[in-house]
Amino acid sequence: MESNKYLDDISEIKNMMSRSSRFISLSGFSGVLAGVYALIGAVFAYLRLQEFSLTDKVEYERRINSAPMETGLVLDLLIIAILVIIAAIVTGAILSIRKAKKSGEKIWNQASRRLLVNFCIPLFVGGIFSLVLIQYNISWLVASTTLVFYGLACINASKYTLGDVRYMGIAFVLIGLISTQFIGYGLYFWALGFGVFHIIYGSMMYFKYDRD
Amino acid sequence: MSIINNINKAFDHRIRLGIMSVLMVNDYADFKMLKEMLGATDGNLASHTKALEKSEYIKVEKQFIGRKPNTRYSATKLGKAEFKKHINALEKLIGK
Repeated sequence: MESNKYLDDISEIKNMMSRSSRFISLSGFSGVLAGVYALIGAVFAYLRLQEFSLTDKVEYERRINSAPMETGLVLDLLIIAILVIIAAIVTGAILSIRKAKKSGEKIWNQASRRLLVNFCIPLFVGGIFSLVLIQYNISWLVASTTLVFYGLACINASKYTLGDVRYMGIAFVLIGLISTQFIGYGLYFWALGFGVFHIIYGSMMYFKYDRD
Repeated sequence: MSIINNINKAFDHRIRLGIMSVLMVNDYADFKMLKEMLGATDGNLASHTKALEKSEYIKVEKQFIGRKPNTRYSATKLGKAEFKKHINALEKLIGK
């Protein structure tokens, strides 16, 4: 009899500790959808790149002395990336808010605020750093840079949400670093990370926490 | 014998257990946050924080944010140590 009460006490302590310091309503399914958006974006980027390299071969001579044609391409890729990010953030926010409402967790509390701040710091630094790379025409390192900084953002944020996010972050950092050694295959690594990894980890978290 | 001694009567209530748990993992918590977390009424929460303050397990700071009074709580060194002992005792009791 007594030991039942102690067991309740322990589980109450654990519950309070995690609920007060972590935002646990993060939706796993939104991770899966973010991965799908990233793959769609990668396909568009791939088509656009193909188009570029075709005309590139034909018109190389004509272009070589003209203004850098790459600006149009970089801008298009940037627009695709921004659309993917916006779609992923909106989906993540909507699904997490719905999950929080269901479980009775406050959406805007200390834990979710800390989660957001700690996720955004490395993310914005990485974003600005990527723009600087584009500014200096080092655009072949942009894919690696976004992967590494996104991974760091996940590792940093994992203290304030489901612990699994940490392992996804580590995976992103690793393939980001590996991709630096395969210049020219940035888009494939990008699709592997933002597409495939999101889908894998998202569905793992979905089956672990979302379903019931 | 000694395990039973480590069960601290001061923590032997759901609300007090909750207050200490929140303060173990957060540097600070204000009254509103504790209220939301624990689902307690103002009076209920106030009496339990007062009891924990009296045993010097938590520290209370009153301040103003703009014009609004704000009370924030933090666990003292003593409180953290005692609560850890309490958790260890609970875990040992379950293990038996």
